[in-house]
Amino acid sequence: MVKIENVSVQFRTKSGITDAVRNVSLSIEDGEIFGIVGASGAGKSTLLRTINMIERPAEGKVYIGKTDITTLAGRDLRRMRQKVGMIFQHFNLMHTRNVYENVALAMKIAGKSVKETEVRVPELLALVGLSEKALSYPSQLSGGQKQRVGIARSLANDPEILLCDEPTSALDLETTRSILDLIRDINRRFGITVILISHEMDVIKSICARVAVMENGKVVETNTSYGIFSEPVHETSKELVRHSLNIEVPENILSSMNGSVVKVVYLNETALEPVLSNAIKKFTVNINIIHGKIEYIAGLPIGILILNLRGKKNEINEVIEYLKKRTAVTEVIYG
Amino acid sequence: MDNLAVLVPDLTKAFIETFQMVGISLACAALFGIPLGLFIFTTDRGLFFENRVVNSVSGFAVNIIRSVPFVILLVLLLPFTQIMTGTTIGPVAASIPLSVAAVAFYARLVEASLREIDRGVIEASNSMGASPLQIIRYVLLPESMPGLLRGLTVTAINLVGYSAMAGIVGGGGVGDLAIRFGYYRYQTDVMITTVIALIILVQGVQSAGDYAAKKKDHA
Repeated sequence: MVKIENVSVQFRTKSGITDAVRNVSLSIEDGEIFGIVGASGAGKSTLLRTINMIERPAEGKVYIGKTDITTLAGRDLRRMRQKVGMIFQHFNLMHTRNVYENVALAMKIAGKSVKETEVRVPELLALVGLSEKALSYPSQLSGGQKQRVGIARSLANDPEILLCDEPTSALDLETTRSILDLIRDINRRFGITVILISHEMDVIKSICARVAVMENGKVVETNTSYGIFSEPVHETSKELVRHSLNIEVPENILSSMNGSVVKVVYLNETALEPVLSNAIKKFTVNINIIHGKIEYIAGLPIGILILNLRGKKNEINEVIEYLKKRTAVTEVIYG
Repeated sequence: MDNLAVLVPDLTKAFIETFQMVGISLACAALFGIPLGLFIFTTDRGLFFENRVVNSVSGFAVNIIRSVPFVILLVLLLPFTQIMTGTTIGPVAASIPLSVAAVAFYARLVEASLREIDRGVIEASNSMGASPLQIIRYVLLPESMPGLLRGLTVTAINLVGYSAMAGIVGGGGVGDLAIRFGYYRYQTDVMITTVIALIILVQGVQSAGDYAAKKKDHA
Protein backbone atom coordinates (compact mmCIF):
# COMPACT_ATOMS: atom_id res chain seq x y z
CA MET A 1 0.00 0.00 0.00
CA VAL A 2 1.14 3.52 -0.77
CA LYS A 3 0.14 6.00 1.88
CA ILE A 4 0.58 9.72 1.53
CA GLU A 5 0.05 11.54 4.80
CA ASN A 6 -0.40 15.29 5.06
CA VAL A 7 2.19 15.91 2.38
CA SER A 8 3.11 19.44 1.38
CA VAL A 9 5.72 20.35 -1.19
CA GLN A 10 7.14 23.81 -1.65
CA PHE A 11 9.06 25.32 -4.50
CA ARG A 12 11.38 28.24 -4.18
CA THR A 13 10.84 30.58 -7.09
CA LYS A 14 11.96 34.09 -7.84
CA SER A 15 8.75 35.48 -6.46
CA GLY A 16 9.08 33.58 -3.19
CA ILE A 17 7.90 30.22 -1.98
CA THR A 18 5.00 28.53 -3.72
CA ASP A 19 3.11 25.60 -2.35
CA ALA A 20 2.91 23.05 -5.13
CA VAL A 21 1.19 20.46 -2.96
CA ARG A 22 -0.78 21.38 0.13
CA ASN A 23 -1.49 18.93 2.87
CA VAL A 24 -2.47 15.97 0.70
CA SER A 25 -3.40 12.60 2.13
CA LEU A 26 -4.15 9.60 -0.06
CA SER A 27 -3.94 5.89 0.27
CA ILE A 28 -3.53 3.62 -2.68
CA GLU A 29 -4.19 -0.09 -2.42
CA ASP A 30 -1.81 -2.74 -3.68
CA GLY A 31 -2.53 -3.75 -7.24
CA GLU A 32 -4.98 -0.99 -8.08
CA ILE A 33 -4.81 1.57 -10.86
CA PHE A 34 -5.17 4.90 -9.18
CA GLY A 35 -5.60 8.11 -11.13
CA ILE A 36 -4.76 11.67 -10.19
CA VAL A 37 -6.48 14.17 -12.40
CA GLY A 38 -6.39 17.95 -12.58
CA ALA A 39 -5.48 20.88 -14.75
CA SER A 40 -1.83 21.60 -15.45
CA GLY A 41 -0.24 23.33 -12.51
CA ALA A 42 -2.57 21.60 -10.05
CA GLY A 43 0.40 19.86 -8.45
CA LYS A 44 -0.23 16.33 -9.65
CA SER A 45 3.24 15.81 -11.15
CA THR A 46 4.83 17.07 -7.97
CA LEU A 47 2.65 14.84 -5.83
CA LEU A 48 3.50 11.84 -8.01
CA ARG A 49 7.20 12.56 -7.57
CA THR A 50 6.96 12.35 -3.81
CA ILE A 51 6.25 8.64 -4.23
CA ASN A 52 9.84 8.09 -5.35
CA MET A 53 11.27 11.08 -3.49
CA ILE A 54 12.28 12.92 -6.67
CA GLU A 55 10.44 15.71 -4.86
CA ARG A 56 10.99 15.87 -1.15
CA PRO A 57 7.97 17.00 0.82
CA ALA A 58 8.44 19.93 3.17
CA GLU A 59 5.99 18.25 5.50
CA GLY A 60 4.23 14.94 5.78
CA LYS A 61 5.13 11.33 5.24
CA VAL A 62 4.98 8.90 2.36
CA TYR A 63 4.80 5.22 3.11
CA ILE A 64 5.43 2.38 0.71
CA GLY A 65 4.29 -0.65 2.66
CA LYS A 66 5.60 0.00 6.13
CA THR A 67 8.59 2.08 5.09
CA ASP A 68 8.44 5.82 5.51
CA ILE A 69 10.36 6.76 2.39
CA THR A 70 10.81 10.38 3.47
CA THR A 71 13.47 9.11 5.89
CA LEU A 72 15.48 7.30 3.20
CA ALA A 73 18.74 8.65 1.83
CA GLY A 74 21.73 7.48 -0.18
CA ARG A 75 21.82 3.81 -1.01
CA ASP A 76 18.50 2.98 0.66
CA LEU A 77 16.78 5.71 -1.30
CA ARG A 78 18.24 4.45 -4.57
CA ARG A 79 17.28 0.88 -3.78
CA MET A 80 13.71 2.02 -3.10
CA ARG A 81 13.64 3.87 -6.42
CA GLN A 82 14.66 0.72 -8.26
CA LYS A 83 11.43 -0.83 -6.98
CA VAL A 84 9.32 2.08 -8.19
CA GLY A 85 9.18 2.28 -11.97
CA MET A 86 8.35 5.54 -13.67
CA ILE A 87 7.28 6.55 -17.15
CA PHE A 88 7.06 10.06 -18.50
CA GLN A 89 5.07 12.23 -20.85
CA HIS A 90 8.11 12.85 -23.04
CA PHE A 91 9.49 9.34 -22.54
CA ASN A 92 12.92 10.60 -21.43
CA LEU A 93 14.93 7.99 -23.31
CA MET A 94 18.63 8.36 -23.94
CA HIS A 95 19.26 9.35 -27.55
CA THR A 96 22.70 7.79 -27.70
CA ARG A 97 21.52 4.35 -26.63
CA ASN A 98 19.45 2.01 -28.71
CA VAL A 99 16.25 0.39 -27.45
CA TYR A 100 18.04 -2.58 -25.94
CA GLU A 101 20.62 -0.40 -24.23
CA ASN A 102 17.99 1.98 -22.88
CA VAL A 103 16.22 -0.88 -21.15
CA ALA A 104 19.47 -2.52 -20.08
CA LEU A 105 20.59 0.74 -18.44
CA ALA A 106 18.00 0.35 -15.68
CA MET A 107 19.44 -3.06 -14.85
CA LYS A 108 23.01 -1.83 -15.07
CA ILE A 109 22.16 0.90 -12.56
CA ALA A 110 20.64 -1.72 -10.27
CA GLY A 111 23.87 -3.70 -10.51
CA LYS A 112 22.39 -6.68 -12.33
CA SER A 113 24.79 -8.94 -14.18
CA VAL A 114 25.20 -8.80 -17.93
CA LYS A 115 23.99 -12.38 -18.10
CA GLU A 116 20.77 -11.58 -16.27
CA THR A 117 20.30 -8.49 -18.45
CA GLU A 118 20.71 -10.51 -21.63
CA VAL A 119 17.84 -12.74 -20.57
CA ARG A 120 15.57 -10.10 -19.12
CA VAL A 121 15.74 -7.34 -21.74
CA PRO A 122 14.47 -9.49 -24.64
CA GLU A 123 11.62 -10.66 -22.38
CA LEU A 124 10.69 -7.07 -21.61
CA LEU A 125 10.88 -6.03 -25.26
CA ALA A 126 8.65 -8.95 -26.19
CA LEU A 127 6.19 -7.89 -23.48
CA VAL A 128 5.87 -4.40 -24.93
CA GLY A 129 5.92 -5.70 -28.52
CA LEU A 130 9.23 -4.18 -29.59
CA SER A 131 11.41 -7.25 -30.09
CA GLU A 132 12.22 -6.21 -33.63
CA LYS A 133 13.26 -2.72 -32.63
CA ALA A 134 15.97 -3.75 -30.17
CA LEU A 135 18.73 -2.16 -32.23
CA SER A 136 16.83 0.97 -33.26
CA TYR A 137 17.60 4.33 -31.71
CA PRO A 138 14.83 6.43 -30.11
CA SER A 139 14.96 8.93 -32.97
CA GLN A 140 13.82 6.13 -35.30
CA LEU A 141 10.76 5.29 -33.22
CA SER A 142 7.23 6.67 -33.12
CA GLY A 143 5.85 8.24 -29.95
CA GLY A 144 3.96 5.11 -29.00
CA GLN A 145 7.04 2.96 -29.53
CA LYS A 146 9.11 5.32 -27.39
CA GLN A 147 6.60 5.03 -24.58
CA ARG A 148 6.77 1.25 -24.92
CA VAL A 149 10.52 1.43 -24.44
CA GLY A 150 9.87 3.63 -21.40
CA ILE A 151 7.50 1.02 -20.03
CA ALA A 152 9.95 -1.82 -20.66
CA ARG A 153 12.64 0.20 -18.90
CA SER A 154 10.40 0.96 -15.94
CA LEU A 155 9.69 -2.74 -15.48
CA ALA A 156 13.30 -3.87 -15.75
CA ASN A 157 13.87 -4.20 -12.01
CA ASP A 158 10.50 -5.82 -11.21
CA PRO A 159 8.92 -2.81 -9.52
CA GLU A 160 5.99 -3.07 -7.16
CA ILE A 161 4.73 0.34 -8.17
CA LEU A 162 4.58 2.03 -11.54
CA LEU A 163 4.31 5.82 -11.61
CA CYS A 164 2.88 7.19 -14.85
CA ASP A 165 3.38 10.90 -15.47
CA GLU A 166 0.92 11.87 -18.22
CA PRO A 167 1.96 8.78 -20.17
CA THR A 168 -0.30 9.44 -23.13
CA SER A 169 -0.44 13.22 -23.31
CA ALA A 170 2.04 13.36 -26.17
CA LEU A 171 0.31 10.60 -28.13
CA ASP A 172 -2.56 10.44 -30.58
CA LEU A 173 -5.87 8.79 -29.71
CA GLU A 174 -5.17 5.42 -31.23
CA THR A 175 -1.74 5.13 -29.61
CA THR A 176 -3.14 6.38 -26.31
CA ARG A 177 -5.56 3.48 -26.30
CA SER A 178 -2.86 0.90 -27.00
CA ILE A 179 -0.54 2.32 -24.33
CA LEU A 180 -3.35 2.35 -21.75
CA ASP A 181 -4.22 -1.23 -22.70
CA LEU A 182 -0.60 -2.19 -22.15
CA ILE A 183 -0.51 -0.50 -18.74
CA ARG A 184 -3.70 -2.27 -17.71
CA ASP A 185 -2.35 -5.56 -18.99
CA ILE A 186 0.84 -5.12 -16.95
CA ASN A 187 -1.22 -4.21 -13.89
CA ARG A 188 -3.28 -7.36 -14.22
CA ARG A 189 -0.50 -9.76 -15.09
CA PHE A 190 2.06 -8.69 -12.54
CA GLY A 191 -0.16 -7.11 -9.91
CA ILE A 192 1.85 -3.90 -10.07
CA THR A 193 0.22 -0.93 -8.40
CA VAL A 194 -0.19 1.81 -11.00
CA ILE A 195 -0.45 5.47 -10.09
CA LEU A 196 -1.25 7.54 -13.12
CA ILE A 197 -1.68 11.26 -13.54
CA SER A 198 -3.47 12.89 -16.39
CA HIS A 199 -5.29 16.07 -17.22
CA GLU A 200 -7.75 14.06 -19.31
CA MET A 201 -10.74 12.41 -17.72
CA ASP A 202 -10.90 10.09 -20.73
CA VAL A 203 -7.65 8.45 -19.69
CA ILE A 204 -8.88 8.06 -16.11
CA LYS A 205 -12.18 6.73 -17.36
CA SER A 206 -10.63 3.99 -19.40
CA ILE A 207 -8.30 2.43 -16.83
CA CYS A 208 -8.46 3.86 -13.32
CA ALA A 209 -10.49 2.18 -10.63
CA ARG A 210 -10.20 5.14 -8.31
CA VAL A 211 -9.28 8.74 -8.83
CA ALA A 212 -8.27 11.82 -6.88
CA VAL A 213 -9.09 15.23 -8.30
CA MET A 214 -6.51 17.92 -7.67
CA GLU A 215 -6.76 21.65 -7.81
CA ASN A 216 -4.33 24.26 -6.54
CA GLY A 217 -2.14 21.70 -4.83
CA LYS A 218 -5.01 20.13 -2.94
CA VAL A 219 -6.93 16.94 -3.44
CA VAL A 220 -10.51 18.18 -3.61
CA GLU A 221 -12.26 14.88 -4.13
CA THR A 222 -11.41 11.19 -4.07
CA ASN A 223 -13.78 8.54 -5.29
CA THR A 224 -14.10 5.56 -7.57
CA SER A 225 -13.94 6.62 -11.21
CA TYR A 226 -17.54 5.59 -11.53
CA GLY A 227 -18.48 7.69 -8.52
CA ILE A 228 -16.67 10.75 -9.85
CA PHE A 229 -18.41 10.42 -13.19
CA SER A 230 -21.84 9.65 -11.86
CA GLU A 231 -21.95 11.99 -8.89
CA PRO A 232 -19.13 14.52 -8.89
CA VAL A 233 -19.30 16.71 -5.81
CA HIS A 234 -16.62 19.37 -6.20
CA GLU A 235 -16.97 22.06 -8.84
CA THR A 236 -13.63 21.07 -10.44
CA SER A 237 -14.69 17.44 -10.71
CA LYS A 238 -18.00 18.50 -12.19
CA GLU A 239 -16.24 20.61 -14.76
CA LEU A 240 -13.83 17.80 -15.70
CA VAL A 241 -16.65 15.30 -15.97
CA ARG A 242 -18.81 17.67 -17.96
CA HIS A 243 -15.93 18.23 -20.33
CA SER A 244 -15.26 14.52 -20.70
CA LEU A 245 -18.86 13.43 -21.13
CA ASN A 246 -19.29 16.27 -23.57
CA ILE A 247 -23.06 16.26 -23.59
CA GLU A 248 -23.91 19.88 -24.06
CA VAL A 249 -26.71 21.31 -26.10
CA PRO A 250 -25.76 24.51 -27.91
CA GLU A 251 -27.09 27.66 -26.24
CA ASN A 252 -29.01 28.83 -29.30
CA ILE A 253 -30.84 25.50 -29.53
CA LEU A 254 -31.70 25.66 -25.82
CA SER A 255 -33.11 29.15 -26.03
CA SER A 256 -35.26 28.24 -29.01
CA MET A 257 -36.94 25.46 -27.02
CA ASN A 258 -40.44 25.64 -25.63
CA GLY A 259 -41.02 24.25 -22.16
CA SER A 260 -38.17 22.93 -20.02
CA VAL A 261 -34.95 21.11 -20.78
CA VAL A 262 -33.82 18.58 -18.18
CA LYS A 263 -30.72 16.50 -17.88
CA VAL A 264 -31.31 13.03 -16.51
CA VAL A 265 -28.48 10.76 -15.37
CA TYR A 266 -29.18 7.16 -14.62
CA LEU A 267 -26.78 4.62 -13.27
CA ASN A 268 -26.44 0.91 -13.74
CA GLU A 269 -29.09 0.06 -11.16
CA THR A 270 -31.74 2.38 -12.50
CA ALA A 271 -33.52 1.09 -15.53
CA LEU A 272 -34.52 4.18 -17.38
CA GLU A 273 -36.70 2.76 -20.10
CA PRO A 274 -39.76 2.01 -17.90
CA VAL A 275 -39.31 5.29 -16.03
CA LEU A 276 -39.50 7.29 -19.21
CA SER A 277 -42.34 5.36 -20.79
CA ASN A 278 -44.28 5.40 -17.52
CA ALA A 279 -43.81 9.14 -17.31
CA ILE A 280 -45.10 9.50 -20.84
CA LYS A 281 -48.17 7.40 -20.01
CA LYS A 282 -48.79 9.06 -16.66
CA PHE A 283 -48.55 12.68 -17.76
CA THR A 284 -49.80 14.60 -20.72
CA VAL A 285 -46.46 16.38 -21.03
CA ASN A 286 -44.59 15.85 -24.28
CA ILE A 287 -41.21 14.23 -23.61
CA ASN A 288 -38.71 14.56 -26.37
CA ILE A 289 -35.12 13.24 -26.24
CA ILE A 290 -32.80 15.87 -27.68
CA HIS A 291 -29.45 14.42 -26.71
CA GLY A 292 -28.21 11.29 -25.03
CA LYS A 293 -25.40 8.82 -24.57
CA ILE A 294 -24.29 5.89 -22.49
CA GLU A 295 -20.74 5.90 -21.15
CA TYR A 296 -18.99 2.93 -19.65
CA ILE A 297 -16.75 3.81 -16.74
CA ALA A 298 -14.67 0.90 -15.50
CA GLY A 299 -17.15 -1.36 -17.27
CA LEU A 300 -20.24 0.13 -15.65
CA PRO A 301 -22.76 2.16 -17.64
CA ILE A 302 -23.79 5.73 -16.99
CA GLY A 303 -26.69 6.95 -19.09
CA ILE A 304 -27.26 10.61 -19.74
CA LEU A 305 -30.29 12.00 -21.51
CA ILE A 306 -31.30 15.53 -22.23
CA LEU A 307 -35.05 15.80 -22.45
CA ASN A 308 -37.29 18.55 -23.68
CA LEU A 309 -40.53 18.66 -21.67
CA ARG A 310 -43.42 20.56 -23.20
CA GLY A 311 -46.80 21.14 -21.63
CA LYS A 312 -48.37 22.92 -18.71
CA LYS A 313 -45.91 24.40 -16.23
CA ASN A 314 -47.30 22.60 -13.19
CA GLU A 315 -47.34 19.30 -15.02
CA ILE A 316 -43.76 19.77 -16.16
CA ASN A 317 -42.81 20.26 -12.54
CA GLU A 318 -44.62 17.07 -11.61
CA VAL A 319 -42.71 15.17 -14.29
CA ILE A 320 -39.45 16.57 -12.97
CA GLU A 321 -40.36 15.48 -9.45
CA TYR A 322 -41.31 12.06 -10.79
CA LEU A 323 -37.97 11.67 -12.60
CA LYS A 324 -36.00 12.97 -9.61
CA LYS A 325 -37.34 10.16 -7.46
CA ARG A 326 -36.48 7.50 -9.98
CA THR A 327 -33.13 8.53 -11.49
CA ALA A 328 -29.72 9.31 -10.04
CA VAL A 329 -29.71 12.93 -11.10
CA THR A 330 -32.36 15.10 -12.66
CA GLU A 331 -31.53 18.72 -13.18
CA VAL A 332 -33.27 21.45 -15.09
CA ILE A 333 -30.80 23.05 -17.42
CA TYR A 334 -33.20 25.40 -19.18
CA GLY A 335 -36.69 26.80 -18.62
CA MET B 1 60.88 28.12 -55.13
CA ASP B 2 64.39 27.55 -53.77
CA ASN B 3 63.08 28.86 -50.48
CA LEU B 4 60.68 25.95 -50.19
CA ALA B 5 63.19 23.17 -50.74
CA VAL B 6 65.38 24.65 -48.06
CA LEU B 7 62.34 24.97 -45.89
CA VAL B 8 61.44 21.29 -45.69
CA PRO B 9 63.49 20.45 -42.55
CA ASP B 10 62.30 23.63 -40.86
CA LEU B 11 58.72 22.94 -41.82
CA THR B 12 58.92 19.35 -40.57
CA LYS B 13 60.36 20.51 -37.27
CA ALA B 14 57.72 23.20 -36.99
CA PHE B 15 54.93 20.69 -37.60
CA ILE B 16 56.31 18.36 -34.96
CA GLU B 17 56.40 21.26 -32.52
CA THR B 18 52.84 22.27 -33.35
CA PHE B 19 51.65 18.70 -32.90
CA GLN B 20 53.46 18.57 -29.57
CA MET B 21 51.88 21.76 -28.30
CA VAL B 22 48.41 21.01 -29.57
CA GLY B 23 48.63 17.37 -28.50
CA ILE B 24 49.73 18.07 -24.93
CA SER B 25 47.27 20.88 -24.35
CA LEU B 26 44.41 19.02 -26.01
CA ALA B 27 45.08 16.04 -23.77
CA CYS B 28 45.02 18.39 -20.77
CA ALA B 29 41.79 19.94 -22.02
CA ALA B 30 40.12 16.54 -22.19
CA LEU B 31 41.64 15.35 -18.92
CA PHE B 32 40.79 18.39 -16.84
CA GLY B 33 38.21 20.25 -18.93
CA ILE B 34 35.64 17.43 -18.86
CA PRO B 35 35.73 17.03 -15.05
CA LEU B 36 35.69 20.80 -14.63
CA GLY B 37 32.74 21.17 -17.01
CA LEU B 38 30.93 18.34 -15.22
CA PHE B 39 31.70 19.99 -11.92
CA ILE B 40 30.30 23.35 -13.00
CA PHE B 41 27.23 21.66 -14.48
CA THR B 42 26.42 19.34 -11.59
CA THR B 43 26.82 22.01 -8.92
CA ASP B 44 24.26 24.14 -10.69
CA ARG B 45 20.68 24.58 -9.48
CA GLY B 46 18.53 21.51 -9.39
CA LEU B 47 21.34 19.02 -9.88
CA PHE B 48 22.75 16.48 -7.53
CA PHE B 49 25.85 18.38 -6.38
CA GLU B 50 23.97 21.66 -6.18
CA ASN B 51 26.19 24.19 -4.44
CA ARG B 52 25.82 27.82 -5.31
CA VAL B 53 29.10 29.03 -3.85
CA VAL B 54 31.26 26.35 -5.43
CA ASN B 55 29.43 26.76 -8.71
CA SER B 56 29.91 30.52 -8.82
CA VAL B 57 33.55 30.35 -7.79
CA SER B 58 34.48 27.74 -10.40
CA GLY B 59 32.49 29.53 -13.08
CA PHE B 60 34.17 32.80 -12.21
CA ALA B 61 37.66 31.24 -12.28
CA VAL B 62 36.99 29.86 -15.75
CA ASN B 63 35.71 33.25 -16.90
CA ILE B 64 38.84 35.02 -15.66
CA ILE B 65 41.11 32.73 -17.64
CA ARG B 66 38.86 33.05 -20.66
CA SER B 67 38.83 36.83 -20.55
CA VAL B 68 42.60 37.29 -20.41
CA PRO B 69 43.97 37.61 -23.97
CA PHE B 70 46.11 34.59 -24.69
CA VAL B 71 49.27 36.59 -25.32
CA ILE B 72 48.94 38.13 -21.88
CA LEU B 73 48.16 34.77 -20.29
CA LEU B 74 51.31 33.42 -21.92
CA VAL B 75 53.42 36.05 -20.19
CA LEU B 76 51.51 35.94 -16.91
CA LEU B 77 52.07 32.21 -16.61
CA LEU B 78 55.81 32.35 -17.30
CA PRO B 79 56.76 31.78 -13.64
CA PHE B 80 54.33 28.88 -13.44
CA THR B 81 55.74 27.45 -16.66
CA GLN B 82 59.25 27.76 -15.23
CA ILE B 83 58.20 25.78 -12.14
CA MET B 84 56.39 23.12 -14.12
CA THR B 85 58.89 22.48 -16.91
CA GLY B 86 62.11 24.05 -15.69
CA THR B 87 62.23 26.29 -18.76
CA THR B 88 60.11 28.88 -20.54
CA ILE B 89 61.33 28.11 -24.03
CA GLY B 90 60.31 25.39 -26.43
CA PRO B 91 57.10 23.62 -27.33
CA VAL B 92 56.74 21.73 -24.04
CA ALA B 93 57.00 24.95 -22.04
CA ALA B 94 54.54 26.65 -24.38
CA SER B 95 52.13 23.80 -23.75
CA ILE B 96 51.60 24.98 -20.16
CA PRO B 97 49.82 28.27 -20.91
CA LEU B 98 48.14 26.62 -23.88
CA SER B 99 46.79 23.90 -21.58
CA VAL B 100 45.50 26.40 -19.05
CA ALA B 101 43.65 28.30 -21.76
CA ALA B 102 42.39 25.09 -23.37
CA VAL B 103 41.08 23.64 -20.10
CA ALA B 104 39.09 26.79 -19.35
CA PHE B 105 37.82 27.02 -22.91
CA TYR B 106 36.86 23.38 -23.17
CA ALA B 107 35.27 23.30 -19.71
CA ARG B 108 32.74 25.88 -20.92
CA LEU B 109 32.04 23.86 -24.05
CA VAL B 110 31.63 20.72 -21.94
CA GLU B 111 29.21 22.55 -19.68
CA ALA B 112 27.28 23.82 -22.72
CA SER B 113 26.91 20.34 -24.19
CA LEU B 114 25.83 18.96 -20.82
CA ARG B 115 23.16 21.64 -20.70
CA GLU B 116 21.87 20.34 -24.01
CA ILE B 117 20.89 17.08 -22.33
CA ASP B 118 17.19 16.87 -21.66
CA ARG B 119 16.62 17.30 -17.92
CA GLY B 120 13.98 14.62 -18.26
CA VAL B 121 16.66 12.06 -19.09
CA ILE B 122 18.51 12.96 -15.90
CA GLU B 123 15.26 12.76 -13.97
CA ALA B 124 14.56 9.35 -15.48
CA SER B 125 17.94 8.03 -14.39
CA ASN B 126 17.31 9.45 -10.94
CA SER B 127 14.00 7.65 -10.84
CA MET B 128 15.79 4.42 -11.74
CA GLY B 129 17.85 4.83 -8.59
CA ALA B 130 21.13 5.83 -10.22
CA SER B 131 23.87 7.28 -8.02
CA PRO B 132 25.49 10.58 -9.03
CA LEU B 133 28.54 8.76 -10.37
CA GLN B 134 26.35 6.37 -12.35
CA ILE B 135 24.45 9.32 -13.81
CA ILE B 136 27.72 10.94 -14.87
CA ARG B 137 29.14 7.75 -16.31
CA TYR B 138 26.09 6.15 -17.89
CA VAL B 139 24.02 9.18 -18.78
CA LEU B 140 25.76 12.56 -18.85
CA LEU B 141 28.97 11.53 -20.60
CA PRO B 142 27.51 9.23 -23.26
CA GLU B 143 24.53 11.49 -23.89
CA SER B 144 26.74 14.55 -24.40
CA MET B 145 29.44 12.66 -26.33
CA PRO B 146 28.65 14.16 -29.74
CA GLY B 147 28.84 17.63 -28.19
CA LEU B 148 32.01 16.79 -26.29
CA LEU B 149 33.68 15.64 -29.49
CA ARG B 150 32.58 18.72 -31.39
CA GLY B 151 33.86 20.88 -28.55
CA LEU B 152 37.19 19.08 -28.60
CA THR B 153 37.45 19.75 -32.33
CA VAL B 154 36.84 23.45 -31.82
CA THR B 155 39.37 23.47 -28.99
CA ALA B 156 41.98 21.72 -31.15
CA ILE B 157 41.55 24.24 -33.94
CA ASN B 158 41.73 27.12 -31.50
CA LEU B 159 44.93 25.63 -30.12
CA VAL B 160 46.50 25.56 -33.57
CA GLY B 161 45.84 29.29 -33.72
CA TYR B 162 47.01 29.97 -30.16
CA SER B 163 50.16 27.95 -30.72
CA ALA B 164 51.25 30.49 -33.31
CA MET B 165 51.37 33.05 -30.52
CA ALA B 166 53.47 30.69 -28.49
CA GLY B 167 56.24 31.53 -30.97
CA ILE B 168 56.58 34.83 -29.14
CA VAL B 169 58.05 33.08 -26.13
CA GLY B 170 60.06 30.69 -28.28
CA GLY B 171 57.53 27.92 -28.51
CA GLY B 172 58.17 27.19 -32.15
CA GLY B 173 55.58 25.59 -34.39
CA VAL B 174 54.10 26.25 -37.79
CA GLY B 175 52.62 29.62 -36.95
CA ASP B 176 55.90 30.81 -35.60
CA LEU B 177 57.61 29.69 -38.80
CA ALA B 178 55.12 31.67 -40.84
CA ILE B 179 55.81 34.79 -38.84
CA ARG B 180 59.60 34.46 -38.84
CA PHE B 181 60.10 33.58 -42.47
CA GLY B 182 57.03 34.97 -44.08
CA TYR B 183 56.61 38.20 -42.17
CA TYR B 184 60.00 39.20 -40.78
CA ARG B 185 61.97 38.06 -43.82
CA TYR B 186 59.39 39.00 -46.46
CA GLN B 187 59.39 35.46 -47.88
CA THR B 188 55.80 35.56 -49.00
CA ASP B 189 56.01 32.11 -50.63
CA VAL B 190 57.04 30.60 -47.30
CA MET B 191 54.18 32.31 -45.59
CA ILE B 192 51.70 31.06 -48.18
CA THR B 193 53.09 27.53 -47.93
CA THR B 194 52.76 27.44 -44.17
CA VAL B 195 49.30 28.96 -44.29
CA ILE B 196 48.22 26.31 -46.79
CA ALA B 197 49.71 23.66 -44.54
CA LEU B 198 47.74 25.10 -41.63
CA ILE B 199 44.54 25.16 -43.66
CA ILE B 200 45.01 21.51 -44.50
CA LEU B 201 45.73 20.71 -40.85
CA VAL B 202 42.64 22.56 -39.60
CA GLN B 203 40.44 20.99 -42.26
CA GLY B 204 41.76 17.57 -41.32
CA VAL B 205 41.05 18.13 -37.64
CA GLN B 206 37.57 19.46 -38.39
CA SER B 207 36.67 16.54 -40.64
CA ALA B 208 37.97 13.98 -38.17
CA GLY B 209 36.04 15.65 -35.36
CA ASP B 210 32.84 15.87 -37.40
CA TYR B 211 33.13 12.23 -38.36
CA ALA B 212 33.64 11.09 -34.78
CA ALA B 213 30.77 13.24 -33.48
CA LYS B 214 28.43 12.04 -36.19
CA LYS B 215 29.16 8.43 -35.38
CA LYS B 216 28.08 9.02 -31.78
CA ASP B 217 25.06 11.09 -32.65
CA HIS B 218 21.74 9.31 -33.04
CA ALA B 219 19.39 12.19 -32.37
